[in-house]
Amino acid sequence: MILNGSQILTQVLMEQGVDTIFGYPGGAVLNIYDALYAVRDKLNHVMTAHEQGAAHAADGYVRATGKTGVVLATSGPGATNLITGLATAYMDSVPVVAITGNVGTDLIGRDSFQEVYIAGIAMPITKHTFAVQRVEDLAGILRRAFQIAQSGRKGPVLVDIPKDVTAATTEFEPAAPLPLEQPRKPKQDKLEEAAAIINAAQRPMLFFGGGVVAGEAGDELRHLIEKADIPATYTLMAAGVLGCDEPMNLGLLGMHGNCTTNYAVDNADVLIAVGTRFSDRVALNPARFAKRAKIVQIDIDPSEINKNVLVDCAIVCDVQEGLHALLPMIEPAKHEQWHEQIRQWQAKDYKPADDPGILKPHQVMQAIYEAVEEDTIYVTDVGQHQLWAAQYVRHTHPRSFLTSGGLGTMGFGYGAALGAQTAFPGRRVIHITGDGSFHMNLQEGCTAVSYNLPVITVIMNNTVLGMVRQWQTAFYGKRYSSTDPHRKTDFVKLAEAFGAKGRRCHNLAEFREAMEWAKAQDGPVWLDCMIDKDEKVLPMIPAGGTVNDLIID
Amino acid sequence: MERQLEKQVMSVLVDNHAGVLARVVSLFSRRGFNIDSLTVSATNNPALSRITIVAQGDRVGMEQVIQQTAKLVETRNIVALDTSRSLLRELLLVKVEADETTRGSIREIAVIYKAKIIDLSVKSMVMELTGEPSKIDAFLEVLSPYRIIEMCRTGVTALERGSGSAEVAVF
Repeated sequence: MILNGSQILTQVLMEQGVDTIFGYPGGAVLNIYDALYAVRDKLNHVMTAHEQGAAHAADGYVRATGKTGVVLATSGPGATNLITGLATAYMDSVPVVAITGNVGTDLIGRDSFQEVYIAGIAMPITKHTFAVQRVEDLAGILRRAFQIAQSGRKGPVLVDIPKDVTAATTEFEPAAPLPLEQPRKPKQDKLEEAAAIINAAQRPMLFFGGGVVAGEAGDELRHLIEKADIPATYTLMAAGVLGCDEPMNLGLLGMHGNCTTNYAVDNADVLIAVGTRFSDRVALNPARFAKRAKIVQIDIDPSEINKNVLVDCAIVCDVQEGLHALLPMIEPAKHEQWHEQIRQWQAKDYKPADDPGILKPHQVMQAIYEAVEEDTIYVTDVGQHQLWAAQYVRHTHPRSFLTSGGLGTMGFGYGAALGAQTAFPGRRVIHITGDGSFHMNLQEGCTAVSYNLPVITVIMNNTVLGMVRQWQTAFYGKRYSSTDPHRKTDFVKLAEAFGAKGRRCHNLAEFREAMEWAKAQDGPVWLDCMIDKDEKVLPMIPAGGTVNDLIID
Repeated sequence: MERQLEKQVMSVLVDNHAGVLARVVSLFSRRGFNIDSLTVSATNNPALSRITIVAQGDRVGMEQVIQQTAKLVETRNIVALDTSRSLLRELLLVKVEADETTRGSIREIAVIYKAKIIDLSVKSMVMELTGEPSKIDAFLEVLSPYRIIEMCRTGVTALERGSGSAEVAVF
């Protein structure tokens, strides 16, 4: 059949199983929006307040569902507004396909109105970018874009389509999605080497990251842990893969992990790293990270081997396949002495003091957890509240704690929460943010209201930029440069101005009551939680430090 | 970790598309690798180009940049050339000040190095030399007493000896 470029785009999106896209219209994508109008019953378009919000929404949609997300923006500023969202997705290996319009091919390269070379700008923050030149190439490029986004280590791909290509017609033949490119198979000799290292371990630790979520390898991970009696710790990207009540799950590792996990990794004789990239928030000092351990790494991306930390044995493959192949070679073991040592560390680990008279961050997190259903999706922004949520929300399911780990994007949360709520209208979505992060993208309040998305936003409001201020307290002699902006924003009134609802809370009882009230509302709610500006995220290991530098007060 | 810098020659086969060179160069630069020289050339397959890159780095760093380059969608193959088993060639054009008092001795040097004199004027001479980078270095060293007006080197282009071609290093 003969279709124009815009119709080809909508057809290929539907071929790929896409039923929801996030975006914002504009001049260069008028033809595309016209084609979307024709298929509006099959392809739901969610319009945000800003393209950045749309990019984060597509990202949150992916993180919650495991599907590929789609974001659509016009040329020029529409396209550049996607950049922070694409970089966020790239750092956390999230498969998003970004479609941008561009000026017509006859206007490209002439500094035309709303022209920008987005395929070049996005190059270092995507897996790949395409600049379509001819309508005949469009369907093939779009199918390839989905294949690249989903194959191997996943990530964002951008397809830039000039306006004349969206109008030009060509013959279109429907086709099934391209098969995914297969990752490398685990090598037998490396598996044997890894098994020998693990079987000889006295003090083994397992450390896993977002690759286990992307590779859906939670069950295999659990089997390995149980069979070889290996305690486990995780990065921010992998919260919820193991339930918080599973005894082998010691909790979060790294800069704001607990003391026990950091001591355990430091003292381990074998460290098995699965689907993780030894980021500088975990391997704070790469030369001294797990310095007593032989390190076995399983990862799908060969460029992650020896990138930050040199390893003793590397298996490059899909993590699920690698763990599955490794399991039969692992001998059942018990490490009672090691567990005893870990229990001693746990008994002495950092515990924040309760105070129901005010709002203590850890108590807010516990109160949220106690108030909501087990299948709740938690989405955070970036800063102190993000780490409190990582530490004190009791994570029990993968894809239920959505956070910007690699890029650390303040302003990620609200868009991502709206994306998650769009994917799962029946599940509770809690957006945990701070007053600093929320100010960056709170205009998406209008989107939450327009689509009646009942996200509950919990604002940990300390009136300052808490995380930066915490560093100023610890390392800059309490010189609070530009972290106390004296803003007078009234979040309750602002929620109401958007057409949402809001409440302010000063103590735990008020907060618990506000949560019950929020749950009963049919639409977005903002809860403004006043906390002390001197609250810190603890424990903390400073950048570049080791367990010897742990700060607990 | 002891970081020993050594010269590495990488041969990259890429799709012959607009923008591929930008991707490869941008990757080297954002991963912190300095490129000493880079050449792009056609191959016997019109769909592919060969990029030859000479860069300084330690072994671990180079393995890393090779793995990163291999990940680019348009990279077909990347090989770190074993320089002892490879043919490395570079082309030099050099314009030297040469009048009647110096012309003879410069010509003598050119003959010894098998450089071609491709232009001659009253006050200058242009020579062309092809060879391994070390030969070009030596030639320029011998020319150093004379005033070099302008020069350019193409950078290395290289192939491995024999009929094989090495695969990407696999862990």
